[in-house]
Amino acid sequence: MTKKNKVKTSQTRGEDIQPSVHIDITRKRFRIGDFLAEKIIKGVAFLSITIIVLIFFFVFREAFPIFNTSKEIIKPATEQAKADTQETYGAVTDGDSKVKPNEINGAVSDTSAKKDVQETYGDVTDKQENPEQNGVQKANSSAITAKSTSTYTVSAGSGTDDNQSALKTMLSKEWVPVSEKPRYGILALIIGTFKITLISLLFAAPLAILAALYTAEFANKRMKEIIKPTIELLAGFPSVVIGFFALMVLATFLQNVFHYSTRLNSFVGGIAMGIAAIPIIFTITEDALTAVPRSFNEASLALGASKWQTAFFVILPAATPGIFAAILLGIGRVFGETMIALMATGNAALMDLNPFESVRTLAATIGAEMAEVVFGDTHYNVLFLIGSLLFVFTFVLNAIAEFYVKGKLMKRIQGK
Amino acid sequence: MILDKIDTKNMFLYYSGKMALNNISIQIPEKKVTAFIGPSGCGKSTFLRSLNRMNDLIDGVKIEGKVMIDSINIYDKNIDVVNLRKKVGMVFQKSNPFAKSIYENIAYGPKINGINNKHQLDEIVETALKNAAIWDEVKDRLGDSALGLSGGQQQRLCIARTLAVNPEIVLMDEPASALDPLSTAKIEELIVQLKELYTIVIVTHNMQQAARISDNTAFFYLGELIEYDKTRKIFTNPDKKQTEDYITGRFG
Amino acid sequence: MINSFKKNIKGIVIEGITLVSALLIIAIVIIMLLVIFIGGKDTLSWEFLTSFPTEGMTKGGIFPALYGTALLVIIMSIAAVPFGTITAIYLTEYAKENSIIAKTIRFAVRTLAVIPSIIYGLFGLGFFIKFVGAHIDGAFFGGELRWGQPNLLWASLTMSLLTLPVVIVSVEESLKTVPQDLRAASLALGATKWQTIRKVVLPGSISGIMTGTILAVSRGAGEVAPILFTGAAYYLATLPGLSDQFMVLGYHIYVLTTQSANVDQTLPIQFGTTCVLLLLTFVLNMTAVILRYRIRKKKNR
Repeated sequence: MTKKNKVKTSQTRGEDIQPSVHIDITRKRFRIGDFLAEKIIKGVAFLSITIIVLIFFFVFREAFPIFNTSKEIIKPATEQAKADTQETYGAVTDGDSKVKPNEINGAVSDTSAKKDVQETYGDVTDKQENPEQNGVQKANSSAITAKSTSTYTVSAGSGTDDNQSALKTMLSKEWVPVSEKPRYGILALIIGTFKITLISLLFAAPLAILAALYTAEFANKRMKEIIKPTIELLAGFPSVVIGFFALMVLATFLQNVFHYSTRLNSFVGGIAMGIAAIPIIFTITEDALTAVPRSFNEASLALGASKWQTAFFVILPAATPGIFAAILLGIGRVFGETMIALMATGNAALMDLNPFESVRTLAATIGAEMAEVVFGDTHYNVLFLIGSLLFVFTFVLNAIAEFYVKGKLMKRIQGK
Repeated sequence: MILDKIDTKNMFLYYSGKMALNNISIQIPEKKVTAFIGPSGCGKSTFLRSLNRMNDLIDGVKIEGKVMIDSINIYDKNIDVVNLRKKVGMVFQKSNPFAKSIYENIAYGPKINGINNKHQLDEIVETALKNAAIWDEVKDRLGDSALGLSGGQQQRLCIARTLAVNPEIVLMDEPASALDPLSTAKIEELIVQLKELYTIVIVTHNMQQAARISDNTAFFYLGELIEYDKTRKIFTNPDKKQTEDYITGRFG
Repeated sequence: MINSFKKNIKGIVIEGITLVSALLIIAIVIIMLLVIFIGGKDTLSWEFLTSFPTEGMTKGGIFPALYGTALLVIIMSIAAVPFGTITAIYLTEYAKENSIIAKTIRFAVRTLAVIPSIIYGLFGLGFFIKFVGAHIDGAFFGGELRWGQPNLLWASLTMSLLTLPVVIVSVEESLKTVPQDLRAASLALGATKWQTIRKVVLPGSISGIMTGTILAVSRGAGEVAPILFTGAAYYLATLPGLSDQFMVLGYHIYVLTTQSANVDQTLPIQFGTTCVLLLLTFVLNMTAVILRYRIRKKKNR
């Protein structure tokens, strides 16, 4: 790396040889290796920030045309979109051809050759037992969507009309994106997502927090060495495996216990997502609990409080901000969970607060429909809009957990 | 005549705005052993570390005044710190060999200086180990991990590693404080031998050690240089009351 | 006397509740492991692992999915590990602990770790496929659709973004275990900062880099959402190249359980595939846990 130094270390040196060798220290040497290394390392370190900015930008960029109700069409429709039939793409296998424009405009893309797209949306219908349950969604999947052939020109704005009507339907109750009159009632999805988040937290948070309390305050070393790796193991479970477990085993089991009619519903999905959220909540809670200074503990015990009283009335309150952060991040995890939602919730976009009805979450909607949509059309933009929502939501959750909670925690532990 | 190898003039050191060294002016002669003594926290180690700019690694350290080595202020803007540290080597309080073989530990310095010739390296390693009086103990197991050596051996290995870079000044920060008396004696003996070749500055909390091995002794207290003189003078007839109190152990 | 007895009972009950919670979690993990292993063990065979699916995926093995998963994690690691390691080096060696830059980067890393994986999928689609890929096509292939569509490369790169924070956190942790003394020793010998990092710091944290890689691989092998529409395919008759779509274990499970016409018929394959994926991540995670345990022990020594 550095150029050869002219130090005469090379000369043989016995006991009698003077070590005084002149090294020039008065001029700063330019070391190209160090210089480059530092620059590169600094540059790469900014990558994480760059990625976040890029995610912001590109996810929003693809969502943006939905708000574009003015008459700006980027390219005249001279190119014929190539009808490229994909057989391996997505879930539809029964030979229906999909048309994908190769236009890459951020704005409304050119779909002059757009023709009827028949889609069976890749939803998880419960094929084994009660296929009739997914009413709305069934209707979806059998719907033949006749997208009118529209040629965009500089002034024509059928696409923007689409967008306008899409915006209007956003707050409606129905999510029927593939229909003659597509309705993008995101509200139904949002409510479904919150419903399932609530269920999973009601299941996971008490379990994880109590287990963390046990691990931090009561468990002996041996138990700790069992619990912690188990949690790490659970954290390593791919969500598709948890989803599979929920779909194959948990759903049947819970149905037998609770005797509800829809096998796949927000309850099953919520429990499964709760399982996925346990490691996050547990780990952060346990960290927060162990971060409470031992002096708190000793002081309390010295005052005659018992171990459990100390744990519940001294340690737990002191760690509340951390536990709050744990729950926030647990919410983030459940909120964005895709595979479990796809596999275990039934996926019908029903506006219903009954936990034993099917539900469709925001993330699952993206996961199920993105592979099927025509790039660049309104449905595609709406899915990206949902993505933007998810992103902003988790970003804000994380920011709150990071700044607000940490600040509080430090204050509390260090005593204002 | 005795050359002043190191010469600091009105040097102040601030640690996060707090003064840690107050107006230090000292002349350290070439090829002598100079000892810094004083109670812990008196700034002697901090001062030592500022002689090869190891304090640069600590955030919030600010230095004022001049630290001249061979009449060059090492805190000048243009100073090449990397080369400075080749010229001013350092042995640390806790022996810190790399997790490499004994040979590789010694060869580390020469290698980063671009010496890759095996024959040359062999020679440097042997000389350095001989100069550090550890050659006989390790010559048959140069390939073994340095971490397998005893504490005293590790420390002498670290001295050898420093010598292999061929410095002019060797700074030692309480090099024997963690060692047993036997190892300490060996290190002390070594230091006395080494002063023929190098200018040695040693920080010690052990006054007997300073008295045994050093030519000059500086007494630091609360960030100030209280007294600096010939070792014999300091230990027999110090000028300052504080020095006397410390030497005689009447000191907190 | 009675009072303290009551107090004791209460204590025991409360401690018991926390214990039960912990045991319940352990039970969930064990049940999941057992159900999937027992369900899959009859299907697992060398042949299952090395043959192609046959008869409309109702029979045969999962070789293409294994192959695709392997390629995915390899390409992903090639991208994620160096960048993650370098970021960790910056954070521990170059950045000042409390500088705004370091804080921002740490915040960014933690944010990356919590962004839902489906968002990475969207980003991969919007950035790699529709932006980078499409521009490559425009520039080199005259607009012909080659890279502007889902494929292995884009899926792997998308996955590498997802696993980047995993690598960064692991490597950073292990870099911190390299004693400051060793850095000082190296610098005091006249080594430059970069020489010190290269010759002293990095060799001392190899196990951390390995842990990070293993965890990233384990994560990448199991995630499905990011590759749903950046490259995963339902079925392919041939093994994929960089610009092809590919089969992958997690997606295979998903399509078999939810998209195939006859779910019952493929049940053994579903369990078998899930079992393989779980075993894979299980072994990887265990290795990482052990490695990390050893690193932490070293730190505490």
